[in-house]
Amino acid sequence: MSKHDVAVAGVGMHAWGKWGRPFVEYGVAAARDALKDSGIDWNDVDFIVGGETVRNGYGGYVAGATFASALGWNGARVATSYAACATGAQALDTARTRILAGLSEVALVVGADTTPKGFLKPNAGERWDDPDWLRFRLMGMTNPAYFALNARRRIDLYGATQEDFAAVKVKNAKHGLSNPNARYRKEFSVADVMASPVVADPLHLMDICATSDGGAAVVLTSVEYAQRHGLTGPRINAISTVTPTFPQTQLDMPYFSSESTAAAPAPQYTHKEALARAAYEEAGISPEDVDVAEVYDLSTALELDWIEDLGLVERGTAEQLVRTGDTSVGGRLPVNPSGGLACFGEAVPAQALAQVCELTWQLRGQAEGRQVEGARVGITANQGLFGHGSSVILSA
Amino acid sequence: MTETAIPAVEGWFTTGPEPALVGTKCTACGNISFPRETTFCKNPACPGETFDDVELSRRGTVWSYTDAQYQPPEPFIPATDPYVPFALAAVELPEGLVVIGQVADGYGVDDLTVGAEVELVVEPLYTDDEGVRTIWRWKPAGSASTKEQQA
Ligand SMILES: [Zn+2]
Repeated sequence: MSKHDVAVAGVGMHAWGKWGRPFVEYGVAAARDALKDSGIDWNDVDFIVGGETVRNGYGGYVAGATFASALGWNGARVATSYAACATGAQALDTARTRILAGLSEVALVVGADTTPKGFLKPNAGERWDDPDWLRFRLMGMTNPAYFALNARRRIDLYGATQEDFAAVKVKNAKHGLSNPNARYRKEFSVADVMASPVVADPLHLMDICATSDGGAAVVLTSVEYAQRHGLTGPRINAISTVTPTFPQTQLDMPYFSSESTAAAPAPQYTHKEALARAAYEEAGISPEDVDVAEVYDLSTALELDWIEDLGLVERGTAEQLVRTGDTSVGGRLPVNPSGGLACFGEAVPAQALAQVCELTWQLRGQAEGRQVEGARVGITANQGLFGHGSSVILSA
Repeated sequence: MTETAIPAVEGWFTTGPEPALVGTKCTACGNISFPRETTFCKNPACPGETFDDVELSRRGTVWSYTDAQYQPPEPFIPATDPYVPFALAAVELPEGLVVIGQVADGYGVDDLTVGAEVELVVEPLYTDDEGVRTIWRWKPAGSASTKEQQA
């Protein structure tokens, strides 16, 4: 479909949960799973990229080499990538770029993490020049507070309700029931979500994703390699990791102010819209071609924002899709058939890869119990700290 | 406020009866920044490296709002024990930027709507060894909260 295509030869995951083991174990388990899925031997991998994890000490900062060592040194080229929640996609893009340049043929991309309980918070120490530290010290702005600002705007501007947000959780929980890698596999009702305590008005505890341990891995090859070896998996047609455009007028974690329109007007597209547009342009498709989407439901309300940011419906109308069941498996445009972060929780360097794993299973018709029938084109989207974000397009 | 009241962060806002946030204006392109810019202009079309301090407008409109019903983790320092939840607002200023702050003492999410007018005030944030630390906050414009008006 695109001259930027690379082949997805194999995908694998370590189930999400709170397992209390080192992140390396989750990453290597996922990598072995992905290699087995591809039928490619580790010794035939000529490039490995690790998604960096920042809460697990020195080995986490050099994740590529850490995973390579654990799998057994095989002499491959190596890289490590960090881009907050977009880490996995950026790692994937690093692998894709080397393959497209003709410098590598088979790449293994791995992300894994362990996370503490409760609110994500900055590393210890006093840092008055660090916006991530200052937002907590000066105003107590947690991640859910940012999610809540966006959720509140949907209510006040578009007439969304807390019940609409709860309906997203209900849908994703139902999707995740059949996903063996999901941490939470339990059905909930709108009443259950509404009965959970409010964390940051208007969001309840069950509107907000948890933190988890987990791992995911993807084996990429050149299209020529795939053809030569009879590999028939999906293709990655686009990976978008664009930065915001000045002035960044949308509030984004961890900043507590936006850029000003004093010197230049706001850009035509917001950062999240720009991420999607770059992906569509690179893949040579439009939003109408999308059959299934995996988006970052850090909060239930953010899933609704993403559906609009991806151009799938007009701004301010996404809750209609949820109300009519269109975003459920079996509906017109299923969103987060994996169960999303609602069922997985955040394992930061793994999550953007997990989205690609799910779309691979969807496009191969292997997503048992949550299969989007006839899915040919899928898109992922996520957003991270410091102007990071990504969108990946895959097709069967 | 006591005599020992010190801004929690230095140089970011003025105090007194008409407090204001202190931002910077690029001397080359006029870009306005808050917090203060001191190194390189963020405008990709501008090579500017010098900035004038400017006081930002004291009034703006609410872009959105929320509250913190659970105590935020460190480095947040709670003002009281037990913890008392507070509200937060993101406010659009006439200078074309949005600035988050806590909402003034005594006001909550029920006093706010997207688009409503708010005014900057300075209030105590926490107390440390050197005294009371103050911070900018957003106060719903008009003297009485909507709750009081509806009562
Ligand atoms: Zn400038």
